Amino acid sequence: MTIRSAAPAIVARSLSRRFGSFTAVDRISFEVQAGEVFGFLGANGAGKTTAIRMLTGLLSPSDGEASVAGFDVRTQIEQVRRHIGYMSQRFSLYDDLTVRENIRLYGGIYGLTDAEIAERTTAILAELRFAPSVAALVRSLPLGWKQKLALSVALLHRPAVVFLDEPTGGVDPITRRQFWELIYQAAARGTTVFVTTHYLDEAEYCDRLSIMVDGRVAALGTPSALKAEFSVPTLDEVFVRLARGPATGAVL
Amino acid sequence: MSASAIHVAGIEKRFGATTALRGVSFDVEAGELFGLVGPDGAGKTTLFRILTTLLVPDTGSATVLGKDVVRDYWDIRLRVGYMPGRFSLYADLSVEENLSFFASVFGTTMAEGRDLIDPIYRQIEPFRERRAGALSGGMKQKLALCCALVHRPDLLLLDEPTTGVDAVSRREFWDLLDTLRATGLTIVASTPYMDEAARCDRIALIQNGALLAIDAPGAVGRRFPRPLFAVRGMSRTRLLTALRAYAHAASVYPFGDTVHVSDARSGIAMEQQQLELSEWLRAQSVTDVSVVPVEPGIEDTFMELMGEPSPVAA
Amino acid sequence: MTTRFSSVGALRAFMRKEVRHLLRDRQTLLILLLLPIAQLLLFGFAVRTDVSQVRIAVVAPSPGAATAALRTRFEHSGRFRLLPPLLHPDSLDALFRSGQADVGVVLEPGLSSRLAAGVPTAVLIVADAADPNTGTTMKNYASAVVRDWVASLGAAPGAVQLATRLRMRFNPTLESVNLFVPGLIALILTMVTSLMTAISLSREKERGTFEVLLVSPLHPWQIIIGKVLPYLALAMANVATVLLAAWLVFDVPFRGSLALLLASSMLFSLVGLALGVLIASVTTSQLAAMLAALGGTMLPNTMLSGLIFPISSMPRPLQLVTNIVPARWFIEIVRGIMLKGVGLTILWPQVLVLTVMLLVLLTLAIRKTSVRLA
Repeated sequence: MTIRSAAPAIVARSLSRRFGSFTAVDRISFEVQAGEVFGFLGANGAGKTTAIRMLTGLLSPSDGEASVAGFDVRTQIEQVRRHIGYMSQRFSLYDDLTVRENIRLYGGIYGLTDAEIAERTTAILAELRFAPSVAALVRSLPLGWKQKLALSVALLHRPAVVFLDEPTGGVDPITRRQFWELIYQAAARGTTVFVTTHYLDEAEYCDRLSIMVDGRVAALGTPSALKAEFSVPTLDEVFVRLARGPATGAVL
Repeated sequence: MSASAIHVAGIEKRFGATTALRGVSFDVEAGELFGLVGPDGAGKTTLFRILTTLLVPDTGSATVLGKDVVRDYWDIRLRVGYMPGRFSLYADLSVEENLSFFASVFGTTMAEGRDLIDPIYRQIEPFRERRAGALSGGMKQKLALCCALVHRPDLLLLDEPTTGVDAVSRREFWDLLDTLRATGLTIVASTPYMDEAARCDRIALIQNGALLAIDAPGAVGRRFPRPLFAVRGMSRTRLLTALRAYAHAASVYPFGDTVHVSDARSGIAMEQQQLELSEWLRAQSVTDVSVVPVEPGIEDTFMELMGEPSPVAA
Repeated sequence: MTTRFSSVGALRAFMRKEVRHLLRDRQTLLILLLLPIAQLLLFGFAVRTDVSQVRIAVVAPSPGAATAALRTRFEHSGRFRLLPPLLHPDSLDALFRSGQADVGVVLEPGLSSRLAAGVPTAVLIVADAADPNTGTTMKNYASAVVRDWVASLGAAPGAVQLATRLRMRFNPTLESVNLFVPGLIALILTMVTSLMTAISLSREKERGTFEVLLVSPLHPWQIIIGKVLPYLALAMANVATVLLAAWLVFDVPFRGSLALLLASSMLFSLVGLALGVLIASVTTSQLAAMLAALGGTMLPNTMLSGLIFPISSMPRPLQLVTNIVPARWFIEIVRGIMLKGVGLTILWPQVLVLTVMLLVLLTLAIRKTSVRLA
């Protein structure tokens, strides 16, 4: 897959989505560069899920425009889908299929050749320290391993951009860090990573982040720039200030 | 034993080939806010189900409020409030209907439990006509808490009450637990978030069905066996590569915007360890290096005690 | 802390919640309420075909003026098409078998002389009952024509004895709207009781609310009763709808005791509910519960109850299996009450069978419903 290094991997311009009279996403604009690890933060109900659905072509925007991997999310849904990977905490792999079967399934869905699938399966099994003969059902894996496997599967077709929706919820602290190493490896290979998380220490691992509040991007920048902007020592406090608003934030 | 709200001794529980709990023992004092900290699949839910009399342990014994979980399950059920992992609400019933249903199930009314749940209920009262299914995650969580409290239990058991909830709502939720603890209520809550553990009186770290440590949150950090350093430097990747290549490194874990590193050698002063580490990094051409001693936290200890995870389910 | 626990209050609250679930899910509720009527209309009208162009054969061993008059009457009735006259009853049989005749009228030899001498004579009307409903209708039309004809003969009362017979070829059960209604009641009750309770109980398990209910002071039997009673009420409402619609739209007779019918419907519903609870207690997902309820209750109650296929025409082993199908016994009870007007003196064995089934299923359901998680 060729990645046009000069062009941003994700562009959102005044992207909006309304449901009836409710505006879930309100004119958000940002750019994510190729190979960047971009944290997409916000409280429950701030509009993150709606924004991700628009960027992955699942929902059409009410207003504004966006492109992912150079393709318009309104008009080039097919191409967008082919160039992205997606993984969420709720659903990523089939529990009742084995590790290999899951890899083969997604390889097939994305049109990889048998040789490519075989080669990448071996690579994934080695990377995740599975025995080459592994026949375990995904159901039997510890959550952390399941999530690492899900990430590898989402990257199987070498997408230009991968969307990770709360990928590490409930995962033990060591495996969580291993998961982030996989994220860095993918980014080093040029894949753009768009990730949401409720762990604010993980937000520190991002190159840049945005924090959504009430459908708008309330803050955007590198972790250190954001901490400096709000003159607080941790991102946790940046987040709390923004999400609770200045009035209540001061009480804390 | 009667002073303990919960007394657990040597509990084991197996499901077929998998062992969910392997010899778990601990006590929770009356009035305590006790945290059960560990990742998904560590055995927290099984433990809660044994304490709520929903499951019978294979071996070992447990008493809750002085009653045996196997023999006196009826007395226990009347006196505990339980919030299972998934918020167990009826999505098609309104906030008010859910609450009054759970009140009647326990033979009480919303009015009778009102003063206890008031600080929480006030926050969801504006939405009392709304169906539970249409609430945000944080609101659902507060409603579920109200439902577990409405019959004025003597013990509150919360299984991962903050899972899937954003950092702000999580904070607010723990503020609510503080308020409840102030009324003298005994609370046991589980969480995979290490930062939440700091808000408990005492915590038990749990991993793979076994307790790794039981202590006050501050003391858990002090169980970390070696001096710990927070390391910074330009380019995280280069920094991590250099640290992993360091022959004396016992542990290297990214921690927010730093990397926590400890030295495996025990006979060497902390200052010496710090100095050698800085020199190693500079030798590896990592720029802007800073190595400062840091107080180990709960997560540091947890990672130290849990050992390297393996892809094979326990 | 004193916790005075009122089981009645808790049970009432539970039922109120259950009714709310039912009312909130408008789509399902509407389906449950309208389905019986839709099914009744569908089956009722599908079974009723218009009777016209009935091919009739008159067997007159001694043709004369009287037999000619009968033929003319059939010709002019507008519904019949006369086949060439026959002299011998045996030839009628051949016509039936080859499907060339729908109705036959058989007159006795020497009809005119018998009438003149005042000797009683018999007239037999045979209708082909391949489709029992049209068979009956055709037979009735033919009887009406024959009666008019007898009256026109000016014979003494009792001189002509009219006998009618349905000739059964394929379908000895005589299925018709009348006979269909009992089966329909059984089907609807099965759906509302077994299927709906199994689904709604397993839904609580799947959503985790069951866990909270178990930890509450509610006894499992209270959960079950609270779950089951609203569905029982819905089931009885459905029975009333079907009966009312059957009576209004199709003039289905109702000869026996309404109280007995309602009581036995309640008994059958309880059997269904116990089955539903049992299914929910052994399945772990809504889908599994639904499939188990479909396969374990709907299917046998439809196929092996005599509702669609007559039991007497099933292979012997299947006939034995029908004995454990609750709907089989219930349909017999309802047919007995509605169509024959018989009461408990006749129907007690069926009622007894259902009662035993209920006790067995209840025991199993209570045993399987643990006070703990499995």
